[in-house]
Amino acid sequence: MRHSVITTRVIWWKNTILLQVCVRSLAFLVLTMSAQVMAGEPERSDEVDYGAYLTRIGNCMGCHTAKGGQPFAGGRRLSTSFGVFVTSNLTPDKETGIGRWTQQDFWQALHQGKSRDGRLLYPAFPYTEYTKVTRQDADAIFAYLQSLPPVSQSNPPHDIFFPYNSKSLLAVWRTLYFKEGVYESDQSKSEAWNRGAYLVQGLGHCTACHTTRNMLGASQDEALMGGQIMGMNWYAPSLSSHLEAGSGDWEIDEIVALLTTGVTKRAVTSGPMATVVRQSLQYLSQEDALAMAVYLKSLTENETGRLPGVKFSVMSGSLRKHLDLGGQLYQEYCQACHGTDGKGVPGIYPALAGNRSVIMDSPLNVIRSVLNGGYPPTTAGNPRPYGMPPFQQILRNEEVALVVSYIRNAWGNRASLVRALDVDRSKGGDD
Amino acid sequence: MMRFILLLFFCITGVANVNGSTPAEVPDTMDDRVKACTICHSAEDKVGRDAYYPRIAGKPQGYLFNQMRNFRDGRRYYPPMAILLENMSDEYLLEIAQYFSSLQLPYPDPEQIQMQPEEIKLAEHLIYSGYPERDIPACSACHGDVLMGVEPAIPGLIGLPRAYITAQLGGWRNGGIMRGGKPDCMSEIAKQLTESEVNAVAKWLANQSVSGKPSSFDVLSSELVDRCSQTILENGGAE
Ligand code: HEC
Ligand code: HEC
Ligand code: HEC
Ligand code: HEC
Ligand code: HEC
Repeated sequence: MRHSVITTRVIWWKNTILLQVCVRSLAFLVLTMSAQVMAGEPERSDEVDYGAYLTRIGNCMGCHTAKGGQPFAGGRRLSTSFGVFVTSNLTPDKETGIGRWTQQDFWQALHQGKSRDGRLLYPAFPYTEYTKVTRQDADAIFAYLQSLPPVSQSNPPHDIFFPYNSKSLLAVWRTLYFKEGVYESDQSKSEAWNRGAYLVQGLGHCTACHTTRNMLGASQDEALMGGQIMGMNWYAPSLSSHLEAGSGDWEIDEIVALLTTGVTKRAVTSGPMATVVRQSLQYLSQEDALAMAVYLKSLTENETGRLPGVKFSVMSGSLRKHLDLGGQLYQEYCQACHGTDGKGVPGIYPALAGNRSVIMDSPLNVIRSVLNGGYPPTTAGNPRPYGMPPFQQILRNEEVALVVSYIRNAWGNRASLVRALDVDRSKGGDD
Repeated sequence: MMRFILLLFFCITGVANVNGSTPAEVPDTMDDRVKACTICHSAEDKVGRDAYYPRIAGKPQGYLFNQMRNFRDGRRYYPPMAILLENMSDEYLLEIAQYFSSLQLPYPDPEQIQMQPEEIKLAEHLIYSGYPERDIPACSACHGDVLMGVEPAIPGLIGLPRAYITAQLGGWRNGGIMRGGKPDCMSEIAKQLTESEVNAVAKWLANQSVSGKPSSFDVLSSELVDRCSQTILENGGAE
């Protein structure tokens, strides 16, 4: 059996395993790739290169590509409580894409949320955040999109419920909630902080998920307060509260690692956040990742106070019995990976003891982890992740409730108990 | 000897548990990386609470890779797997496919299903001769002389239980499984089969015991390669 020391694991991966995979699969690839034309990429200008980078950070491709479809050709369906939105074709096809658009048309869409013909766009397109992007950056993104191969693909119309399909309601919504304007830097803060704020509030559109939305789907705040993602059964924790995913007491390096590799010794990204890391954040330049980390850390740096979780004054006997049942399930199904002490194995199996995602007020994500399992995203820094098995085909709702209640209250963790009903409610809601 | 090794193993793990600590090292193996898969996919096909979990060990690498991409990219539908594969790169999928393909686990004994002589004749005719007039080539022309598949992307037909074969062929016949999105060679063939043909073939195949290896690609005639090019060429390549 082969053992290797954790600290050298990442480097070891990069050097040997990728190479091995390449060599092993070479025969296969040669067989299959001969059909593909291996045309060299045409020379690209600096602006187009920079635009390609910004397009990654804005994750335009993530939304504007259907599952298994042509990149940027749109057609992806986004389900929300207002109906189903279908993304548009951003390739430079003249009939079905944005081939006839000018720089000015594009700016109007990104900055003002208006289509080329003046139609008001729905905020399922996060122009409410992209409005903060500078003209220069918008032009670079446009130059990159125009350099893509055109794909002829018309996408079906949105399917929006009454009354949200009303144009005038959208106009009212915009007057109430849409504030147009490029990011203005705060002179009292460092350059890195401002760059981070620009990216987090603007292109990174973190607020699109990390916020509480009101009845009309508007963010309640600009402070990354956290909330359940519309149309998805996931809770995006607050980035500005140390009770949730604030990183005030984290080292900058650790925040950078979480954003760019998807795992650290204390946390792991899952579900939609894993997708954001894979599609977008792993490509952050070193300076930009650092800048984002500086800004995120500052959001909770001065916060002190109680630790997350609920306090039980004294644990009653019946409560202890209840948790013991969960403990038995933990021993049988979970301990092999997460350990008797709940400390896991750094970078491989996340610690559950002291894990902010586990003791967060909303138990939604923890329940989902146990029901569905998952893998952290594959990234350059973590190309061959270990995975967590799903348990919904093995454990009944009551058992999931017991084991989740247990991990929320073992090893010094304290958080509310979970009921079978909560487990039932956490099912479904995937794309 | 085996008992002794096992005992030793239990002693070691037992001690680790008593100490209440987690081993600081996890074996750096694929075996450990795919624990999330082997909870359902074991040496034998098995009936789970929600679905039928097929054996994937020993199937051709290209075939497994294609299927994993189909699940990930929404072309084959089973949400629990789509969730696991959602954020995996093609490189990693290929490595996982390679791993499962290389596993040499013993196959379960063949089933013992009673068959009428005319059923056996029907099955063997389909499998070794086909019906050119109905545009059905012999199954063996694509799945290999010994029906153990053709590298890299055509799976073997022996070692699969009857229920699985019937379900897959049935899925194609009524358009249920849309592997690869567009109709492909296998779905076209399955659609031509009658229900009694499906039943006969499924029984016959499940009754055979596994022997022999997957054939190499060059046994396929160029006509059949053309016919399946969507699955075994274009779709089979990494990005
Ligand atoms: C969260 C998903 C999402 C992301 C991320 C996203 N978009 Fe969109 N986008 C949409 C949706 C939905 C629409 C359709 C809005 C409508 O029709 O009202 C849209 C519409 C557009 C339009 C208008 C197209 C037209 O025909 O009017 C443009 C231009 C656009 N997006 C560009 C971008 C760019 C550039 C990025 C990255 C910086 C991006 N989008 C990222 C969801 C997204
Ligand atoms: C598509 C929705 C979405 C977007 C966009 C998004 N997030 Fe998240 N984020 C989530 C969800 C859901 C979680 C909870 C799951 C988890 O813990 O990984 C999360 C968790 C996090 C965590 C805590 C991870 C942990 O386990 O402790 C951080 C930090 C974070 N997000 C930062 C960001 C930043 C910075 C951005 C913008 C660059 C961003 N997110 C954009 C959905 C999103
Ligand atoms: C084969 C090893 C393995 C087993 C067994 C296992 N887990 Fe996990 N667990 C993991 C891995 C790997 C992750 C990271 C998954 C991800 O990123 O989606 C994880 C993630 C989690 C998370 C989310 C942590 C976070 O920071 O978001 C929770 C909660 C969890 N496991 C609880 C459990 C429980 C409860 C059991 C038993 C019912 C269990 N695990 C069994 C490997 C395992
Ligand atoms: C919850 C149980 C479950 C888990 C966990 C699971 N699978 Fe599956 N898998 C299935 C089922 C059920 C099917 C058959 C679905 C169908 O018939 O379309 C399947 C089919 C497959 C197939 C296609 C087999 C064939 O012969 O066509 C492959 C390949 C596969 N799984 C790989 C994986 C990998 C790799 C993992 C881990 C990352 C995994 N599975 C995890 C249940 C599971
Ligand atoms: C023209 C070539 C061709 C012929 C002839 C052919 N097959 Fe196939 N078959 C394939 C290919 C290619 C696949 C893999 C499909 C995929 O990747 O989804 C396949 C897959 C299958 C599977 C699914 C196996 C699994 O592990 O999931 C079964 C069952 C099957 N074939 C049965 C048959 C039978 C029975 C016959 C004869 C009546 C037959 N095939 C004839 C090409 C062929």
